[in-house]
Amino acid sequence: MPKKMPKNNKKALGKERLIWMYTQMLRIREFEERVKRTFVEHPGVIRGHTHLADGAEASIVGALATRNENDLAMPSYRCHGYPIVLGTSVKKMMAEIYGRKDGLCQGFGGSMHLADPAHHFPGTSGIIGQAIAHATGAALTAQVKKTGQVIYCFFGDGASKQGAFYESLNMAAVWKLPIVYILENNQYQVYTRVELEDANAAAGDPLSRKAQAFSIPGVTVDGTDPLRVYDAVEKAVKRARAGLGPSLIESKFYRFSAHGNAITVPPVPTQFPEHEAIETYGRKAEYAAARARDPILLFRKKLKSKGVLSEPAAKQIEDSVRAELEQAVQFALASPFPSPEEATKYVYA
Amino acid sequence: MPSEMMYAQAMATAITEEMTRDSNVIFYGQNLGMTDRDPLVRKFGKSRVRITPISETAEMGIAVGAAMTGLRPVVELWMSEFMLVAMGQLLNEAPRLRYMSGGQIKVPLVFKAGYGFAAGWAGQHSNCIYHTMMGIPGLKVALPSTPADAKGLMAASIRDDNPVMYLHHYMTMLGKGPVPDGDYVIPFGVADVKRPGSDVTLVATGWMVTKSLAAAETLAKEGISVEVIDPRTIAPLDVDTIVNSVKKTGRLVLVDQAPRHASVAAIIAGEVAERGFHHLKAPVKMVTALDTSIPYSEPLEKYVLPSEEKIVWAVKSVLGK
Repeated sequence: MPKKMPKNNKKALGKERLIWMYTQMLRIREFEERVKRTFVEHPGVIRGHTHLADGAEASIVGALATRNENDLAMPSYRCHGYPIVLGTSVKKMMAEIYGRKDGLCQGFGGSMHLADPAHHFPGTSGIIGQAIAHATGAALTAQVKKTGQVIYCFFGDGASKQGAFYESLNMAAVWKLPIVYILENNQYQVYTRVELEDANAAAGDPLSRKAQAFSIPGVTVDGTDPLRVYDAVEKAVKRARAGLGPSLIESKFYRFSAHGNAITVPPVPTQFPEHEAIETYGRKAEYAAARARDPILLFRKKLKSKGVLSEPAAKQIEDSVRAELEQAVQFALASPFPSPEEATKYVYA
Repeated sequence: MPSEMMYAQAMATAITEEMTRDSNVIFYGQNLGMTDRDPLVRKFGKSRVRITPISETAEMGIAVGAAMTGLRPVVELWMSEFMLVAMGQLLNEAPRLRYMSGGQIKVPLVFKAGYGFAAGWAGQHSNCIYHTMMGIPGLKVALPSTPADAKGLMAASIRDDNPVMYLHHYMTMLGKGPVPDGDYVIPFGVADVKRPGSDVTLVATGWMVTKSLAAAETLAKEGISVEVIDPRTIAPLDVDTIVNSVKKTGRLVLVDQAPRHASVAAIIAGEVAERGFHHLKAPVKMVTALDTSIPYSEPLEKYVLPSEEKIVWAVKSVLGK
């Protein structure tokens, strides 16, 4: 299974790269499925709050497939998808979510705070919108130190109402920082439908219109199609790398899982509830329609019709992804807990 | 060789020296480096000296991200209350990211601001808000009181691998004093005995050090020997030096410009109650601001804040005089 992104020499995405993209999408989906299943299969193993990226696979992979080796990805707390694509060990990721010593952050962070700077993933904030400023700061580093890097800043539709969003995009535009802002519009801000809280959505306009406030390019793309996301992000990355400053891309897709696992007080067990569309708003048809446009199914169909992916190849990828994540779960379950007295480590550098 | 210079000049000297020493140090803030004639812009260029909009959340959040990825930003925030606009970045982002990452990253940055401007700035521009910050693990807080400390602590703050809140007191900015030339770095968590004495231990920070030294001088004329200790950094806090002094004097007066329950004084009183209670010959006395906002009119402002007279009275009271 190709883990490292194959080089892309031609203008069009080659077969190898397309298969790699499909594989990464599958790995994200399987990872999130295994996290979700853990609440049922191993109650109590995952503590606190966990947020999943199922539905976002095409958007994440399409965006990150455009990056150069040293470019950084900086998302918010819904952060499992990106490091999987960047090459982070899924075993360590799962162990972190299980609070184990072998976890990515040795059990200090958990689901919302994954960090793997060695794989171009400097860290995440659990507070909505705040990491937009951090990503902008990373872009400042790239500019001051002339590293040639572009920063991929991911955040949700909800975060685009935070002051950090407006302040950061304004400064990035004034300073022409090398950053691409990818607004993942998954239609729901926590439990609230986007048109109830967003002026653009309420007026029937795309959220990318916010770019006009900063006089930067703003486009909306179908986030269920990795190739469309790729095209839009590639254009924005080129612009950023050329020193022309930031762009805003609204990538529209549908979050398949609820915002997070149910907030319960121990010892009441927690697991993922029904999606808010059904649970809160009673929109069963909306949810079913979104599931019918599952980005993984759509992309598999496209690759098959293009002759890029054969049925046996698809089966082989599926099997190997399933085996990889089964190993990750077993690794995480077998990993010991950190020693309690380690809790005072890492307060200060 | 020390040079005689003002507190404000000592801070600026440290920033210039550190920017010269390390090209990863950048300096930005509102109304800073506005023209090409600006001396820092001329010396270090527009990439490292930047002007920002009035956007504290972004100014501070960008510093966090820049620090995570290899720069050492110094952010000029001018007044400590402006940081309250971006409380999340200060308390919940900068000091937490390293810990949450299991030590994989560091966040070396300096949030610089003035505080305690007791010159008619009224309710929102003259407060002492450091108490909240000294209780945040991962964040360091420096409160220099003299020009030499202003330089040495700024150099230490910039070189430190952690987020530092560097607060300079507006009322000490024009004060002059000897400042060591060249490399001068004061370690965090080391208190300074500003005046040795044997009868009463007096602990103060910032402008209150100036007032405490004046009070000690007055009291000396009456035959009372006061030891004045300046912790210089309140996170980390050098409790040992204070407890050791109390062992010697048996009496403790804590002076703080902050309101009583949001003061360093209250924290030190707690530490000494646990670690030095049996050395105390009299109850601890705290001289703090009254529990009000800071009023505008001068007589009102004076009434609310600690003064030399209040300190003298407190020292006498712990001596039973």
